[in-house]
Amino acid sequence: MPLLLLLQALEIMMITAMADFKPIPVDQVGVEERAAKFRTRSIKKEAKMQALRMALNLIDLTTLEGRDTEGKVRQMCYKAAHLHDEFPGLPTVAAVCVYPSMVPVARREVEGTEIRVASVATAFPSGQSDLKLKLDETRIAVENGADEVDMVISRGAFLRGELDYVHDEIAAVKGACQGRALKVILETGELCTLDNVRLASDLGIRAGADFIKTSTGKISPAATMPVTLVMLEAIKDHYLKTGRKIGMKPAGGISNAKTAIQYLVMLHETLGSDWLDNSLFRFGASSLANNILMQILKQDTGNYQSPDYFSIG
Amino acid sequence: MEHKLNYNDLWAYAPAPEDSGHVNIRDRYGLFLNGRFQDADSGKTFETHNPATEVRLSEVAFAGETDVDAAVKAARNAFDKSWNPMPPADRGKYLFRIARMIQERSREFAVAETLDGGKPIKESRDIDIPLAAAHFFYYAGWADKLEHAFPTRAVTPMGVAGQIIPWNFPLLMAAWKIAPALACGNTVVLKPAEATPLTALKLAEVIQDAGLPDGVVNILTGDGSTGAALVNHPGIDKVAFTGSTAVGKLIQNSIAGSHKKATLELGGKAANIILDDAPLNQAVEGIINGIFFNQGHVCCAGSRLLVQEGVADEVIAKLKDRLETLRVGDPMDKNTDIGAINSREQLNTIEGYLKLGQEEGAQIHQPECSLPEKGYWCRPTLFLNATQSHRIVQEEIFGPVLAIQTFRSVDEAIEMANNTPYGLSAGIWTDKGSRIFNLTRRLRAGVVWANTYNQFDPTSPFGGYKESGFGREGGLHGLEPYVNFD
Repeated sequence: MPLLLLLQALEIMMITAMADFKPIPVDQVGVEERAAKFRTRSIKKEAKMQALRMALNLIDLTTLEGRDTEGKVRQMCYKAAHLHDEFPGLPTVAAVCVYPSMVPVARREVEGTEIRVASVATAFPSGQSDLKLKLDETRIAVENGADEVDMVISRGAFLRGELDYVHDEIAAVKGACQGRALKVILETGELCTLDNVRLASDLGIRAGADFIKTSTGKISPAATMPVTLVMLEAIKDHYLKTGRKIGMKPAGGISNAKTAIQYLVMLHETLGSDWLDNSLFRFGASSLANNILMQILKQDTGNYQSPDYFSIG
Repeated sequence: MEHKLNYNDLWAYAPAPEDSGHVNIRDRYGLFLNGRFQDADSGKTFETHNPATEVRLSEVAFAGETDVDAAVKAARNAFDKSWNPMPPADRGKYLFRIARMIQERSREFAVAETLDGGKPIKESRDIDIPLAAAHFFYYAGWADKLEHAFPTRAVTPMGVAGQIIPWNFPLLMAAWKIAPALACGNTVVLKPAEATPLTALKLAEVIQDAGLPDGVVNILTGDGSTGAALVNHPGIDKVAFTGSTAVGKLIQNSIAGSHKKATLELGGKAANIILDDAPLNQAVEGIINGIFFNQGHVCCAGSRLLVQEGVADEVIAKLKDRLETLRVGDPMDKNTDIGAINSREQLNTIEGYLKLGQEEGAQIHQPECSLPEKGYWCRPTLFLNATQSHRIVQEEIFGPVLAIQTFRSVDEAIEMANNTPYGLSAGIWTDKGSRIFNLTRRLRAGVVWANTYNQFDPTSPFGGYKESGFGREGGLHGLEPYVNFD
C-alpha cells in the first residue's frame, strides 16, 4: 500500500507540473516576415568588426563524421585555439564538439585553454535507442571529460504526442550530465511546423535544458532564421517569466560571416546584449570560422586573401 | 514580470547612411503643365525642406487659379485630342513604360522621398517605391481589358480628373491616383502635398521621358488654395482626394449639386484587436508595425490597441520591451526604424495630443532613446489605461502614438472597435479561423487584416466606411470610380 500511495503522489505531482504547460501558438507568416527584417540590417565598419570577433568566440567547432580520426580531432582542437596566428589578438572558439569516443583526445588537446569540450550523446543523430543506453552514453561522455553534452530528443515520440515521455527523457539525461551543461537538440528539420518547434523548445527548457539547439547538421533543413527566432522567443518568454537565462545554439548551414552577423542581429534585437556571450549563444559550425577570418582580414587589409592563406580545420 | 532584457549598446551599430550623391534635386522646379515645366503665372514659389535636418531642399512653383485653369484646359485638350482617341493597348504601353522607369530610378526616388518626407530609407526603398511601380504595372494591364473588368456593360472615361494627395506616401499616392485614371482613359491634374512635392515632380520627369502626350498628366504644386481652385474648377469631371476628414467634408460640400463625382479616402482610427489565443510574439510585431510604420503617418494605422484582459499584462510588457529596440533617428540611415515627423506643424499636433492624453488621465510610456538636435522628432509612445471617451481614443493623431485599452468579451471588442466616426481599417490577432470570420463580418471597416497589418497590394481594394470616406482604390474596384457606365 505505501508504494501505491507514493506512486499516486508522484502522479499528482506530475499533473501539477504539467498543468500550466500549454502550447504557445506561432504564426509562421509573421515569423518569416520578422526574420527577413533582421536580414536587412546594415552592419558596417567597427560594428561589423566587433560582430566578426564575437562570432568567432561563439563557435562550437564541430566534427561529427563516421570517418573522424584522432588525428583529425587533434588538428581541429589546435585550430580551435589558434585560429589564425598570423593575426594576433583573435579570440578562440567557444568549444569543440565531437562524438563521445573522441572526447578523451579533445580533452587532452584543449588542456590549458578556455575551450570547452562538447560531446554529442543519446544515440546522436537519430536518437533511436533505448533510454538506458542513452543515459550510459551520456555518463561515459561526462566521465571522459566532456564539459557539455549535446543530446537529441526523441522526435518519434514527440510527433506521436508523447510529450511526457520526451520531457522525462530530457530530464533523465540532464541527471546523467552530473552538472555539466546540457544542450537539447530539437532537430527542427523533422518537426514539421513552427508550432512544434515552439512546443519542443518549451518542453526542453522545462525539462532542464541549459541550451536549446536547432539541429544535428545531419538533416536538411538545419538551422534557419525563422526556426531560430521561434526558439529565441521561447527563451525570451521563459526569461521574462522566471528570470532564468537559457542558451541558444543554431547549428548546421551557417557557413559564412554574413549569415552569422544576421543571426547575431536577430539575437541582439530579440534577447538583448546579455546573450552576446558564449555562455548563452553558440554557432554549431565546421566551416564558419575560416569565412569569418577572411572577412576580418579583409576589414583589416582592404583586400580578400586567398583561401590558401587559411589553414583548414 | 519584473525581469527586464538588457538592450544596452554593448554592440552599437555603426552609422549606415544611404548615399544621396547620385540624386539630382534641382534648385527650382516649375509646374508640370501641358508637358513642360514652367513657372507659376504669378511667379510665386515656396520652399520644401528636409524635416530631419530642416535644410532647404528646393524651391517649387506655387500654382494659383490661372495655373489651375491652364492645367485643366490642357488636360481637357489632351483628353479630346490624344488620350481618349488612343487605342487602349497604347495607353497601356505608356503605363508599362512609366512603371519600368520608376523601377529603374527606384534608388533615386527612394532617397528623394526620404529626404523630402522624413520616412526611413528602408521603408521608401522596400515599400513606397516598389509599390508605386507595382500600381502602374497593375493598371497598365487593365488598360485594354476594361470590357473584361465590366462585362456586359459599356464604359467610357469620365474626362478630366482633379486629384489631391497627402504628404505621408507622396509617390505611392500619386501612383494610386494617376495609374487607374489613365488606364481608364482619363487625363489628370494632380496636386501633391505642400510639404512633399519632390517625388511627384520627379514622376513628372519620368512622364516627360516616357513621352506621354502633352497635357495627359499635369502636376501643380501649391497649398490648400491650389487644391480648392482645382476642386471648384468647372472643367473637371471627377475629384479624387486622400487626406483629412475635415478637408474631405469641405470638398463634398463644394462639389454638391455639380456634375463632379468624387472618391474620398480620409482619416482613420483603427482598432488592432488582440484575442487571448493569439500568437503573441507575432501580434506584438503587428502592433509595432501597425502604429509605428511611417511614424504613424498612416491613415489606416492601428492607433488603438484593444487587448483581451487575460493577456494584456504580457502584451504590454512585450510592447515596452520592443520599444527599446526601435531605432529612432536619421531617416537616411539604413538601420533607422522610425524617422522624422513630416513637418513642424504635424509635430505640434502630435505633441498637443501627448499633453492631452496625460491630462485625460492615460499613462504615457516612451522609451529612453536619444533624438537628433535638429529636425522634428517624436518618440514612439504608448498610452496605457486609455478609455473610450478619451479624445486620444476617438481622434486621429497621425503620429507614433498608440492608445491601449483592454476588453473582456469579443462582443465588447467589436463594440469598442466600431465606436468611432471612422471605419477605414482594423486588425485581428487570433489562432482561430472561426474567430477571424466572426470579427471580419462585424467590424465596420473597409480593410480588416487578420494576423498581419499594413499589407498593401495593387490588386487589393482599399477604402473606408463612415467618415473614412467612400470609393475604393486598388484592384478591380479601383477602376470603377474612373469610368462612366453608359
